[in-house]
Amino acid sequence: MKENTENTGKPTNYYVPEQSNLPIIGSVGLFVLVLGAGNFIQGTTDTVSQKEGSLPEFMASMGPYVLTLGLLIVFYLMYKWWSTAARESMANMNSAQLDRSYRQGMLWFITSEVMFFAAFFGALWYARVMIVPWLGGEGNNAMTHALLWPDFNAIWPVTTTPDGTTTQAMGPWGLPAINTAILLTSSWTLTIAHHALIDKNRPTLILFTWITAFLGVIFLGLQAYEYYHAYTDLGLTLGSGIYGNTFFMLTGFHGLHVTIGTIFLIVLSIRCSKGHFTPENHFAYEAGAWYWHFVDVVWLFLFVFVYAL
Amino acid sequence: MSLLKRVMSGALMVSCFLTGHLWAAEAEYSKLNLRPGVTENSQRVFDLHMEVVWIMFAVAGLVFAAILYSVIRFRKSKNPTPAKFSHSTTLEIIWTVIPMLILIYLTKPAIELLLDMEDTSKADMTVKVNGIRWKWEYTYLDEGFSFVSELSTPESQYKDYARTGTEKGENYLLEVNNEVVLPVGKKIRFLLTSKDVIHSWWMPDFAVKMDAIPGFINETWTKIEKPGVYRGVCAELCGELHGFMPIVVRAVPQAEYDQWVAQKLEEKAEAERLAAEAAAKSWSMDDLMAEGKRVYEQKCQVCHQASGEGLGAFPALKGSAVATQGPADDHARLVIYGRGMMQAFGTELTDAEIAAVVTYERNAWGNDTGEMIQPGRVSELKAGN
Amino acid sequence: MAHGHHPTGIKRWLFTTNHKDIGSMYLWFSFTMFLIGGAMALGIRLELFQPGLQFWEPNFFNTLTTMHGLIMVFGAVMPAFVGLANWLIPMQIGAPDMALPRMNNFSFWILPFAFTLLLLSLVTPLFPDGAPNFGWTFYAPLSTKFGPASTDFFIFGVHLMGISSIMGAINVIVTVMNMRAPGMSLMKMPMFVWTWVITAFLLIMVMPVLAGAVTMMLTDRHFGTSFFDAAGGGDPVMFQHIFWFFGHPEVYIMILPAFGIASHIIPTFSRKPLFGYASMVYATASIAFLSFVVWAHHMFTVGMPVAGELYFMIATMIIAVPTGVKIFNWVATMWQGSITFETPMLFALAFVVLFTLGGVSGVMLAMTPVDKQYHDTYFVVAHFHYVLFPGAIFGTIAAVYYWLPKWTGNMYNETLGKVHFWFSIIAVNLTFFPMHFSGLAGMQRRVPDYNMMFEGFNQLSSIGAFMLGFSQLLFLYLVINCIRGGKGKATDRVWEGAEGLEFTHLPSPAPYHSFEQAPEVK
Ligand code: HEA
Ligand code: HEA
Ligand code: HEC
Ligand code: CUA
Ligand SMILES: [Cu+2]
Repeated sequence: MKENTENTGKPTNYYVPEQSNLPIIGSVGLFVLVLGAGNFIQGTTDTVSQKEGSLPEFMASMGPYVLTLGLLIVFYLMYKWWSTAARESMANMNSAQLDRSYRQGMLWFITSEVMFFAAFFGALWYARVMIVPWLGGEGNNAMTHALLWPDFNAIWPVTTTPDGTTTQAMGPWGLPAINTAILLTSSWTLTIAHHALIDKNRPTLILFTWITAFLGVIFLGLQAYEYYHAYTDLGLTLGSGIYGNTFFMLTGFHGLHVTIGTIFLIVLSIRCSKGHFTPENHFAYEAGAWYWHFVDVVWLFLFVFVYAL
Repeated sequence: MSLLKRVMSGALMVSCFLTGHLWAAEAEYSKLNLRPGVTENSQRVFDLHMEVVWIMFAVAGLVFAAILYSVIRFRKSKNPTPAKFSHSTTLEIIWTVIPMLILIYLTKPAIELLLDMEDTSKADMTVKVNGIRWKWEYTYLDEGFSFVSELSTPESQYKDYARTGTEKGENYLLEVNNEVVLPVGKKIRFLLTSKDVIHSWWMPDFAVKMDAIPGFINETWTKIEKPGVYRGVCAELCGELHGFMPIVVRAVPQAEYDQWVAQKLEEKAEAERLAAEAAAKSWSMDDLMAEGKRVYEQKCQVCHQASGEGLGAFPALKGSAVATQGPADDHARLVIYGRGMMQAFGTELTDAEIAAVVTYERNAWGNDTGEMIQPGRVSELKAGN
Repeated sequence: MAHGHHPTGIKRWLFTTNHKDIGSMYLWFSFTMFLIGGAMALGIRLELFQPGLQFWEPNFFNTLTTMHGLIMVFGAVMPAFVGLANWLIPMQIGAPDMALPRMNNFSFWILPFAFTLLLLSLVTPLFPDGAPNFGWTFYAPLSTKFGPASTDFFIFGVHLMGISSIMGAINVIVTVMNMRAPGMSLMKMPMFVWTWVITAFLLIMVMPVLAGAVTMMLTDRHFGTSFFDAAGGGDPVMFQHIFWFFGHPEVYIMILPAFGIASHIIPTFSRKPLFGYASMVYATASIAFLSFVVWAHHMFTVGMPVAGELYFMIATMIIAVPTGVKIFNWVATMWQGSITFETPMLFALAFVVLFTLGGVSGVMLAMTPVDKQYHDTYFVVAHFHYVLFPGAIFGTIAAVYYWLPKWTGNMYNETLGKVHFWFSIIAVNLTFFPMHFSGLAGMQRRVPDYNMMFEGFNQLSSIGAFMLGFSQLLFLYLVINCIRGGKGKATDRVWEGAEGLEFTHLPSPAPYHSFEQAPEVK
């Protein structure tokens, strides 16, 4: 952040923003979304405690509709928000200062995403290094093993949980390795595209952005296949104890981010074709690129800690 | 300003009066500090506590004195032209280093004490403590018997929703039906675990507080030096009756302890004999109902209420599907193995008691299914058939 | 349309992108939540006035405790600080507004919905098994396997609050990094700005972790995972580690901005520059850094390995050092000053004194062997109310008195302000000081009933609580009165010793867009 601390130059006229109805739409949308989501999961999954015939059950039956409505509002909001931002940017309404703010904002947003993943990586680490050995009787937990889980075998991956659920582990050298290669390639193609943008080489820009997005789609397809394989062949599910929990939560949230990133890239590709970006003014493109690289790096960690080790 | 002064002095007077008044009442109990307790560790904890208290008083006192002095000496009327200084590296170093020294000084005894408190090796005996909402199950691992201990203060003493004021015993909320009896002068190792949520077994007089965590076993220990009756509580929020989950330990000399153990073993043999007898015989509806009512009031009523109508998260049994439509076997299985928030009673109740309470629930409060289940069947269900 | 033209009516508030309007909404929202959370505290104190269950079922009592904690922390203190940041940061760094004004409005408007979601769970017909009742720390498995149906909505409410906080925090950092007036280098920034940048950093680092924790709760409840269940290879204690990795930095999120506020008010009324500006900045940064590595001091009784207990004890105690630096710097600021005692100064002084008290009891709690006695008793409750009420809340109140004339252009009623102060300070001690004693004597937290030996102390607390609560209504009156004209017009400088762009470069009341042209900072 060093370069921004020195504000040189003469007093500038600041950009003063206009009113906007988007935030309130977004807030209502989020509210409807979570209201629906709450009712939906209570209606469809085994709730912890739910009395028969009470209102929530009635509400639960409304869940899917409310959830859909919420999603629609939120998607509409996102479309509106970013198209407004894109329009403003192309109309050159953004000062250099605002551009900097956007960039830094994006970086901090990615930081927060990193911390979100950190929570799950932390859980994985704690489970492997602490919980599983403890359940196996290590440290001050000899009695935990002896009295409560005498049959439990402390190995990672936990293919048999303390209560006896069994599963098989997912090896790293099939699909996951291919997926790693795909994501690494996609980072490379994205960088080519970015350089092309700066060099005003539009055909290369458009082509390589599409290629990157396409690699994202392939990644997702392979991952979907891997999940299918896990559920049907290996008996590895979200509910297969701590190994399955961390496996699916980490790869699942990563997959969600790849999905978002891919959509981001597709939108960028279209915008490239429309000539929205100039070498000087392409914050959105850079934000997309950063996001993609972030997703990529998370995958590398996943590959190492979830699959390989 | 006169309004201000009047209000201020009024408020001060009222609060001084209140404080003084209640302070006097409180002094009778002279219960405003940690207890030195009855073990070596609790005494050491107490000493360390007092040491920290005084040091913290001194630190805070110094800060307050400096503030008070500034406020009096450097008020505008006394010191109309302020000084201009804005830093002093020397001073800043001093007041970084001195607190560090104080902390280092405090750390040393704390580390030593902690290491001793955590050393559970070479214990003379082991007691397993199992937290169950909202009672404690104690298992004497070496001797081989166990019992459940729960609050014995009657509801009539604490339920005062009519706000008429109820008569309360001296050990209100700190008394149980089955006291834990322990020998003095022995190193006793506790193994803590829980059936449901996290509880915390806290005995202030031993300076022992350890969480009981479901699925794990924590260890701690004590060595009681003085015979007596000691009272503690569950210290980790564990749901509705968290405040009603006391612990009572009676520490006795070894001989008396041995006697108690012998008696417990005898009781256990007797209970097993009776249970076997009860399980073997075929019960009449009336007997089952009478026995079932007793068990229900003792074990189930806290949650499902006397009326069988449930409360909040606890479902009604009156008219419930399980108790009226489903087969009696399923009903009994639920009681044996538990479900969700409902505790498993399979080990706590005998076959006959389970049969009785299930029968009771299927016929009380107008459930009137007319069905009953015999202890023998319960025993088969427990075996998994 | 932005220049000179003021939007009016409801649209002004719903669609606004103005930092002052958004700041005001945050502050009013926070005060509303303070009253609701406070009313719940009064419910707690009512039941605890004497032994026996007189008013609430134990379950509802737990709900009161839980909602009180959650609402005060997430609804009262955090939004109050964001509100102050909105009002003050652009003025203090010479900017017209926040860097990302649309997002600013978004982060506010999420909050009322998030809390509607939370409060909805109190509506019995919707949630027959009640509202969250597992404490503001929602430990698993009490909140997972045993949580009422409303827990899911609580989880989503926390997600929304998290989104709001993260957006708010990003906005603050970006504003400070990019919108400073020419010449205002980092080490010339006002302390309030500094403390908020660091707070914002903490928020960005820990709110996502909280989101992760509640997400695992959600999947444990509904999708068959067992993160917090040993049967599947998880551990309930892991929940506590994740929660407190968020939770401990969170308590500094609730105090650092108040440190910043005190660092403005004390120099002003001492008519002397802040002592040790640079060390204040470094101390704040150290506190923030340390706050990431001490979390398990809330977990000394869970049966951690001894090495862990020792480490967390020592790391925690070190925090006293940078905090001490701040306290001593404030005292040195007053030393040889020329002090007057207007209401903001009174609250700031009470802040320093009573925060120190809460701080030293914190050091006692940090000592593992003794904490095994203090843990989960009213001694802890006393500790954190001393750092929270006279800390965070007095800090906020002091800020409001201090900057209100700048915001509204009117002076508040000084006499009534002092009455408010004296009532508050007497009541706050009457309420929370006796809790030290009942805690040491053995009263555990989160119980609706207790043995008679604690009765006297609880009665003191209850009387104090009602006095404290009703005194705050006086504050409400004072603020409204001041907005409506108060005791006449305030000068541009407002206070004789006031420094900072908002006092030296802006009229009172400050214009709608603070600086349309960047001021020159020497
Ligand atoms: C604003 C919020 C805030 C702040 C600032 C603090 C500050 C501190 N807290 Fe506190 N704390 C809470 C809010 C806060 N806390 C809350 C909400 C809980 C309970 C959560 C729950 O369970 O619900 C809690 C609980 C809590 C515990 C767990 C207790 C238990 O459950 O068993 C501990 C243990 O170490 C602790 C320690 C500390 C310490 C060491 C500080 C230090 O930062 C204090 C530093 C300050 C000083 C020390 C005073 C000034 C210094 C000097 C004058 C210098 C000289 C001093 C010395 C040499 C000692 N706190
Ligand atoms: C900033 C945070 C904050 C603040 C300001 C307060 C303020 C108060 N707190 Fe709270 N408290 C917490 C944070 C806070 N608390 C937390 C985090 C917990 C832990 C929760 C847990 O264990 O999970 C806790 C727990 C807690 C307990 C322990 C409960 C238990 O263990 O069961 C108690 C008990 O006395 C208590 C009391 C009070 C009181 C009397 C006030 C007073 O200061 C309140 C003053 C009152 C008012 C401000 C009300 C004014 C309103 C009116 C006069 C009526 C008007 C009403 C309407 C218009 C709706 N608090
Ligand atoms: C700790 C409180 C508690 C105690 C004590 C308790 N129960 Fe329950 N009980 C519950 C809860 C909670 C449920 C709901 C379980 C679920 O479905 O998740 C329940 C459910 C039941 C049901 C099924 C009701 C239905 O219609 O679904 C029966 C039958 C039952 N309990 C019988 C008993 C008996 C017999 C006892 C005493 C031996 C007892 N309970 C003691 C809490 C308790
Ligand atoms: Cu058991 Cu609290
Ligand atoms: Cu902490």
